[in-house]
Amino acid sequence: MLVVPALLGLAFLLVPLAGLLIRAPWATVPDRLFSAEVGEALRLSLVCASLATVVCLVLGIPLAWLLARGDLPGRGFLRALVTVPLVLPPVVGGVALLLVLGRRGLIGQYLDAWFGVSLPFTTAGVVVAEAFVAMPFLVISVEGALRAADPRYEEAAATLGASRWLTFRRVTLPSVMPGVVAGAVLCWARALGEFGATITFAGNFPGETTTMPLAVYLALETEPDAAIVLSIVLLLVSVGVLAGLRDRWIGGPT
Amino acid sequence: MTVHAELRVTRDRFRLELDLNVAPGEVVALLGPNGAGKTTALRALAGLLPLSAGHIRLDDQPWDEPPKVFVPAERRPIGVVFQDYLLFGHLTALENVAFGLRARGAHRGTARALAGDWLDRVGLADHAHTKPRELSGGQAQRVALARALATGPRLLLLDEPLAALDASTRLTVRAELGRHLADFPGHTVLVTHDPLDAMVLADRLVIVEHGRAVQHGPPAEVARHPRTDYVADLVGLNLYRGTAAGTAVTLADGGVLTVAEPASGTVHVAFPPSAVSLHPEPPSGSPRNTWQVIVTDIEQHAHTTRVRLDGTPPVLADITTATLADLRVGPGDALWAALKATEIRTYPA
Amino acid sequence: MFRTALALAAALSLVGCGSTQQASGVTGDVTVFAAASLTGTFTELGRRFEAAHPGVRVRLNFAGSSALAQQINQGAPVDVFASAAPANLEQVADAGGITATPAVFARNRLRIAVPKGNPGKVAGLVDFGRADAKIALCAEQVPCGAAARKVFEAAGVALRADTLEQDVKAVLTKVRLGEVDAALVYRTDVAAAGDEVEGIAFPEADQAVNDYPIAPLAKAPNAAGAQAFVDFVRSDEGRAVLAEAGFDSP
Repeated sequence: MLVVPALLGLAFLLVPLAGLLIRAPWATVPDRLFSAEVGEALRLSLVCASLATVVCLVLGIPLAWLLARGDLPGRGFLRALVTVPLVLPPVVGGVALLLVLGRRGLIGQYLDAWFGVSLPFTTAGVVVAEAFVAMPFLVISVEGALRAADPRYEEAAATLGASRWLTFRRVTLPSVMPGVVAGAVLCWARALGEFGATITFAGNFPGETTTMPLAVYLALETEPDAAIVLSIVLLLVSVGVLAGLRDRWIGGPT
Repeated sequence: MTVHAELRVTRDRFRLELDLNVAPGEVVALLGPNGAGKTTALRALAGLLPLSAGHIRLDDQPWDEPPKVFVPAERRPIGVVFQDYLLFGHLTALENVAFGLRARGAHRGTARALAGDWLDRVGLADHAHTKPRELSGGQAQRVALARALATGPRLLLLDEPLAALDASTRLTVRAELGRHLADFPGHTVLVTHDPLDAMVLADRLVIVEHGRAVQHGPPAEVARHPRTDYVADLVGLNLYRGTAAGTAVTLADGGVLTVAEPASGTVHVAFPPSAVSLHPEPPSGSPRNTWQVIVTDIEQHAHTTRVRLDGTPPVLADITTATLADLRVGPGDALWAALKATEIRTYPA
Repeated sequence: MFRTALALAAALSLVGCGSTQQASGVTGDVTVFAAASLTGTFTELGRRFEAAHPGVRVRLNFAGSSALAQQINQGAPVDVFASAAPANLEQVADAGGITATPAVFARNRLRIAVPKGNPGKVAGLVDFGRADAKIALCAEQVPCGAAARKVFEAAGVALRADTLEQDVKAVLTKVRLGEVDAALVYRTDVAAAGDEVEGIAFPEADQAVNDYPIAPLAKAPNAAGAQAFVDFVRSDEGRAVLAEAGFDSP
């Protein structure tokens, strides 16, 4: 009973991918693959997605902990708010970031005036936009793991004299590691494919803010073939990295 | 050097009102049915649950005195063995035992060396680098005990320490636990619903029902004079300490019992009062333990009558009302007690 | 049962007659794919066309011209294609989608767009070379970017930008929020942006006038409707609507 819908589901996910591969102009693939622009965009994508994942880990894990364990009022509402970037059209997210962190934004104007820091149109801006959109994936995944974890282990650590921070570091975090890794992987994948918020907040300039999805989108305007090749590159790299991570960290069924 | 506690916890409709004093080296068992409030009391002592009122003090040091003082668990000199041990799954046995030492500021090397010593003491030196999920139940329990004792706590708290073990493991682990508790100079509070654990391990019993202590005293005392039916049922067990040689066990307080399973060394022997039959004349023929006893007390329960008998050894017997009528006995009368060897359980002590 | 069916058939034929009564002979739906920069004007034109032809419904789809061209080439059932650049229409013609001669129905030219109050003190194209000025342009791959490149070449100013946006709306967003000091967008976009954006005309804009071609499609499901709509866009009434939005007449 489950096999048929399962296969349909798999086909639904894989057939568009197959379409991309079938229609790819394979003859021109090697040339395009090793062109400077593609290399630049790919490097930028990987660096930004990884940095965004680090930002999400640093801010998202404590947030997940607060949502899962914190004794705060309106937790359900807060949890719903955290998922807003998932629901928000990414372009709108980008505009929201501009309104806050832009040159004339609520916070951005002071960053500019006091520190001379301006995030839009910079690589740092790409990281901010990607982190904004990807963070919910990490928070939800880690919070789920924390809620499933037995809080009595934390009590046991407390009776052994461990402070809250030590308990979190040595007991809680290791016990939710699979959730953290899964969340980080999702987060990274989402950041890697991020387009709307990035182009809106960080703009598009080759070598600085043009990540692969932006390059793909703009290539679509004039050279659909090039867009397909770029997509395939992005696809292969991400699948490669994710598969590698899975083997290394999650230790899938062997 | 005494733990004084007036535990007052109010949660929803449950109220705990329990006074507790534990002397150094003393093992106090909180014995009672599930939901009686034993674990609540233990959590309050550990600092995992703040008191609503009352106090907990070690000597003059207050640990919890609402609303002024609350020392959280991590700053109390305690060790806790949890019912399902709660060993940290990602750490080895050695790292688990070293955890508390590290948390309390010991250097890595020192902590590991001390943890190694403790594993050695509980007989698990070979399993130092084993992860908890590869340990048997009994081994995990011993690691948990080593982990709790390694920090040198002033107060040791044991929450149903044997409940997760199967019957045969339980015997040996109980005996070992008894030896470690005897060596432990601090205060021990043991929570259990198993009367045998309580009577074997504790110096003093506190019977808890509905959040209150209904009776307390040394195990033999509580067993001999249960104040409620519940206590009578709960501790209605004839339990002796003795030295076994083959099937003969010489009891510490006098008397010899013949048991079915050969044993050697120090043992506990136990049998339920219903296994004892009473006769006006010495019964003859069958291979039984028989000895002369004097009735000291007769107590009527719902379906049986419990007769307290003095002799070597003193013993409790549950008989039916019909038998009681046949015997027509009262306090001071002499009878013969008889007990089949196969009814007696022997536990290494 | 039979009678009900008869009555229904009669009613249907009446409705049919009603719509064929127009002199133009236009019936049914007319599906129009139009460049995103035509959103305002074509919505208005569609409304007026429907008013002039009762019973006819104009279905509008707005997107980037190249995306529209691809959708048409992939077989979307379309009657009329109005593109922001001849190149996109040619893509469809090359694929055999258009056999009629395309007609240029509007022209658009670039303007410098600056945030309200012109905080960057931008006066002309020369200011785009200033290192302290933040500049947004369209990416070269989209028509407004190609046009920008042409005017820079004509002006002899090195093309410099902080961001190359994916479409003109994105450029306008950056201007509106004050993230950039100046940008190049179409005159129509400045007109549509209202008070928040100021437009500055510059002479080099004449070097990159953008033609908007329109054509009925060869496989138009509603050929009569397609032709009627194209004619309407090119009529005096259509030109008036376009002019109001800032388009030049061809």
